[in-house]
Amino acid sequence: MSPAPLETRNAQAVPIADVPDLGDEEFRDAILTAVSLGSRVSALFGHPAGEGKLRLFCVLANDELGSLALLSRQVERRFMSLANDCPGVHLFEREIFEQWGVEPHGHPWLKPVRFQPPLVAAGARASQIGVANFFRVEGEEVHEVAVGPVHAGVIEPGHFRFQCHGEDVFHLEISLGYQHRGVERALAGGPDKRTIHYIETLAGDTTIGHAVAHCETLEALAGAEAPARAHAIRGIALELERLANHTGDLGALANDVGYLPTASYCGRLRGDFLNMTAAICGSRFGRGLVRPGGVAFDVEPARSAELQGRLARAMRDIRGATGLLWETPSVMARFEETGTVTRETCEKLGFVGVAARACGVGRDARQDFPLGMFRFSQVPVMTWHTGDVFARAFVRALEVESSGKFIDGQLKALPAGPVLAALPERAPDRIVATLVEGWRGEVCHVALTDERGRFSRYKVVDPSFHNWTGLALALRGQQISDFPLCNKSFNLSYCGHDL
Amino acid sequence: MLKVFLERLRQGYRTSAYPLEEPKLPDRLRGLPVIDQAKCASGCEAGIESCPTSALGMKDGKLELDLGRCLFCGECERTLPDGAVRFTPDHKLSARRREDLVLRGQELALAGALEGEMHRVLGRSLKLRQVSAGGCNACEADVNVLTTIVFDLGRFGIQIVASPRHADGILVTGPVTENMKLALEKTYAAVPSPKVVIAVGACAISGGPYIGHPEVHGGAPSVVPVDLFIPGCPPHPMTILDGLLRLMGKIERKRAAEVVE
Repeated sequence: MSPAPLETRNAQAVPIADVPDLGDEEFRDAILTAVSLGSRVSALFGHPAGEGKLRLFCVLANDELGSLALLSRQVERRFMSLANDCPGVHLFEREIFEQWGVEPHGHPWLKPVRFQPPLVAAGARASQIGVANFFRVEGEEVHEVAVGPVHAGVIEPGHFRFQCHGEDVFHLEISLGYQHRGVERALAGGPDKRTIHYIETLAGDTTIGHAVAHCETLEALAGAEAPARAHAIRGIALELERLANHTGDLGALANDVGYLPTASYCGRLRGDFLNMTAAICGSRFGRGLVRPGGVAFDVEPARSAELQGRLARAMRDIRGATGLLWETPSVMARFEETGTVTRETCEKLGFVGVAARACGVGRDARQDFPLGMFRFSQVPVMTWHTGDVFARAFVRALEVESSGKFIDGQLKALPAGPVLAALPERAPDRIVATLVEGWRGEVCHVALTDERGRFSRYKVVDPSFHNWTGLALALRGQQISDFPLCNKSFNLSYCGHDL
Repeated sequence: MLKVFLERLRQGYRTSAYPLEEPKLPDRLRGLPVIDQAKCASGCEAGIESCPTSALGMKDGKLELDLGRCLFCGECERTLPDGAVRFTPDHKLSARRREDLVLRGQELALAGALEGEMHRVLGRSLKLRQVSAGGCNACEADVNVLTTIVFDLGRFGIQIVASPRHADGILVTGPVTENMKLALEKTYAAVPSPKVVIAVGACAISGGPYIGHPEVHGGAPSVVPVDLFIPGCPPHPMTILDGLLRLMGKIERKRAAEVVE
């Protein structure tokens, strides 16, 4: 019998040596079996194993059991692609090919992910940005619309190609990589004085989500825990981040269907939530707040009381602002049955966060893999079953409500004590996988340490990495003019994907 | 319909009174840093090393802080001798020349207005095309927020437009990744002259946290000539607005009018 994957929990450091090293078939079978039993692939990445070999590590997450499983295998130049049997890994395999030149044999869609230079030492750039073998539909009156990288709004760059027949979209291909800054390469060898700043700018709108995942990872490696009060403040900041972004998205969705009252109110309210984060740490995006061992700023009683008042006023206003959406037929007509993604597609491709919950999938790391304060204060998982723009908007509105309640509860009952603790040395030769529910969905960080406790590899999976394919699929059979609306309903990160 | 009106009443009037009133900013905001050279007598070398982007340095025995590289993380406040660097909540940070951003204890030379013909053409109406070239979406978000009802950018004659052909200049964010260099150059070339370039955030000014990465160029100045630098990581929206208004000469003029009174 082949060795079973190593069972572990969220943010738990285990010796790398304990991760089973499987053969080609065993590795494949183990992943496919686990996926058929309800797990999904949270991360799949390469790490040089010496002698020209690459060791593939896979992190499987089982939402129902709340358990993680780690497994690995060593490959040389190629390995059998899993993408045909487990479509959720398609982008991970393309990434492995681009980063290490190891080919997933039989991959149906092997193209560059970020047009980045390989991570292999002295590797030459093999691809040129925007030059790829794009999918093309041929036929009478079929035409192609290409958009980007520079878009019309204040938004990050990406390239979109629509295969259209009149207004109808047959297929959308999304080609990213314009934001590639070399973060993963630079994180290896750390942590050092720049590490936390890389983490905080991985996806700037998810500063708290990524910083919490990173600090939980470091704390797991050090075998230590942040003080309770720090956990509470991290929880508050994480939910404020969710509130700000969800509010902004609801406003942007209203704007995209031309419903200006909600667009205006939400534009202002988003700022109110950002300013609450700034009241805690001086930065609207939470820069400088979450630090290894805790948080850098306390919330004193007076500050907490002021925040409670501001929160209550903002929550009233957001309720009023979003309530208008559901009562306005012209808004609902545009939201409903636009950009639908089925639950089956979601399960197959392993979408996360709002995009998954809007397909009726109750997947939420705060509930399934709770860390920090979420171990003690549960936040209900909000789902809706229609998989369309409306569902993604409605789930956001429901989450706004529950985040507000969570923050209020935490502010009223902050645990006493310090907010920052010194961390002991990090353990050597360990691997740790950490999942945090950022506002877009599951933020996954996987760290491997060397013999001195430094990162030999630091893998980041932003929720957008899982979900970009969802946007592409949502556009099939839609009108091209619905693209902005569908895009906003996912609101994915370009830099979080491009790293 | 009645509900829409009632909600409109409840939501109230939300546009800030700036620039007639000073903005209300958080007490913990890390804005303009102040350097006290005397506090460095006992040695600042060790503390300087803690700066993640080497924004801090010693030149001729004097402490230097480059706002163009600074992430405003406040690490130096903790590692340098007490009071050597102190971050104040002052949001006014923008400058016209790169070298003006290097603080040695002098007062920051804030951005002046565009000169001559440039001011005549762009001083009253400024249309900008935003280009994110590796930005993390924080600078982008805090530029975008200027168009909301709180800041109401339009009342100052400033507008973010969809095409470079309609623009008077570009507003760049991000360290300029190798993968965005060509797109930035093309966007700049597509803007009709006379045109301005505004670099927002540490990344766009110097590369920020990504200084030295082979995957990025050192910010906008490495690719296009920059007319206005707005430091921060990200800059507060008020910092950005202050910079834009200074470039158009709308703040200086107000100050001058006050002096006359």
